[in-house]
Amino acid sequence: MIRVENLTKYYDDVCAVDQISFNVQRGEILGLLGPNGAGKTTTLRMLTGFLQPTGGQIQIGNFSIKDGLLEIKKILGYLPESAPLYHDMLVFDYLQFVADLRGIGAPRRLSRIRELGDLCGINEVMHQPIGELSRGYRQRVGLAHAMMNDPEVLVLDEPTSGLDPNQIAEIREIIRRIGKAKTVVFSTHILSEAEATCDRVAIIHRGKIAADSRTAHLKEALGGRSQIHLMLEQADPATVQRELAAVPGVTRVEVLEPTDGTIRLVLTCDASRDPRADLYRRIRQTDWTLLEFHQETFSLEDIFRELTKES
Amino acid sequence: MRQALCIGRKELNAYFASPIAYIVIAIFLLVTGWFFFSTFFLFNQASLRNFFGLLPTIFAFVVPAVTMRLLAEEFNIGSYETLLTLPVGFTDVIIGKFAAGVAFVAAMLIPTLAYPVTVALLGALDWGPVIGGYLGAVFLGAAFSAVGLFASALTRNQIVAFIIGLAVCFSLTLVDQMVFFMPQAFVGVLSYLAADVHFQNVAKGIIDTRDIVYFLSVCFIGLYGAFLVLKARN
Repeated sequence: MIRVENLTKYYDDVCAVDQISFNVQRGEILGLLGPNGAGKTTTLRMLTGFLQPTGGQIQIGNFSIKDGLLEIKKILGYLPESAPLYHDMLVFDYLQFVADLRGIGAPRRLSRIRELGDLCGINEVMHQPIGELSRGYRQRVGLAHAMMNDPEVLVLDEPTSGLDPNQIAEIREIIRRIGKAKTVVFSTHILSEAEATCDRVAIIHRGKIAADSRTAHLKEALGGRSQIHLMLEQADPATVQRELAAVPGVTRVEVLEPTDGTIRLVLTCDASRDPRADLYRRIRQTDWTLLEFHQETFSLEDIFRELTKES
Repeated sequence: MRQALCIGRKELNAYFASPIAYIVIAIFLLVTGWFFFSTFFLFNQASLRNFFGLLPTIFAFVVPAVTMRLLAEEFNIGSYETLLTLPVGFTDVIIGKFAAGVAFVAAMLIPTLAYPVTVALLGALDWGPVIGGYLGAVFLGAAFSAVGLFASALTRNQIVAFIIGLAVCFSLTLVDQMVFFMPQAFVGVLSYLAADVHFQNVAKGIIDTRDIVYFLSVCFIGLYGAFLVLKARN
């Protein structure tokens, strides 16, 4: 549905997006992840035709952005970051204006606005000026604006930023529902969000794609690897380190600062075998007191941090 | 074209939904009314000459105030991005907003129709120049709206847009009175550029293609300039 090839954007001589390529299939939800200033918004703005790329190709459906921009705009819905809408217009008037521009005729218009009102939960603010709405409502009006034409491709720039947890859950639910039949691309810097909502994640860092794969695959790539956190009492750090490093499956033992006779350890384990049973047996043979024992698998968060680390 | 119409209608509604429209119209009527009637009875002539004589100067202040928000506000609150990703082109945006500006100026002139009616009751009014004057006023308003729209495209700050628009419109109005500073070679060109001269020609009731072409050229240059600025922005 969306094909992006070698997309590049320079602002004067600052490179914001550097030779990005990716594809999105119909019915897929792609999350663009990245730290602030990574080039997410710029990429989305080029995708929607608001900015002209310095180089590269964008194809959406059967149209290229160079000569079919108007056709693309007709099948695309876009919600810019922080939903910049006309402050002094009433919600209803605004949606009517959008319907008008979208060429939705008078008989269909009212029912469409009502549908969107139900879908986005904005019926109770229909007759309020947009400028007086809370952040969450304004975002939902923006979503209604983006979905006015029942778009084939929905592009959302940080749709959940500044919302409360309930609203975030609602917006995610809407995105997932739309994503079943349509193509959705959205950007976020919240990892759990990408994890919860997207089929696929592309991590953008300094204008380049640092990783692009299915959410599940991405976790597997670094997954399997895990860390075990231990807290022991009445033990000698050097002995503990030597003893535990000998357990098969443990690749690294790190002793954190000892406090009041207790020592904390972080054990890095590889994916080949689970050392937990062996570790427990080993500790039982000693007279150390085990205070804490828990395992953490690498989350998307760790992957993200690893990929976007400043070198 | 349908898109331009939608945008124009929306902009015109926006004017009348906010207090700007009423404030601008009130100030315009106050200023024109005061300057016109304070000397009207001294001249003892049943004509609107004085009213139309002042109009270009007053328009040079009022029209940029009307048009300053058209694009600058969109840039400032970011709604330009939502607008431009709807299925509209630059031309639709510019034509729509320009049309709204002109319609507003025309709406502002409607209450002043009370002046010729009052004057006609007091004496024998020659309607020819009045019709010419109003026609010229709409042309002048359109030309200044185009300039104001161009100024509004340059910046996201409405005050800056107003000042740029004011400077250009004011210069266009007064340029014929400054020609004596200029070398002889420029006098012809500069006096052709003077909006005031062309407007007064039309306001005399003489509708000359030269004057009409002048106003249309200013419109075209202003709008095309705005088009180029928007294009350069992305």
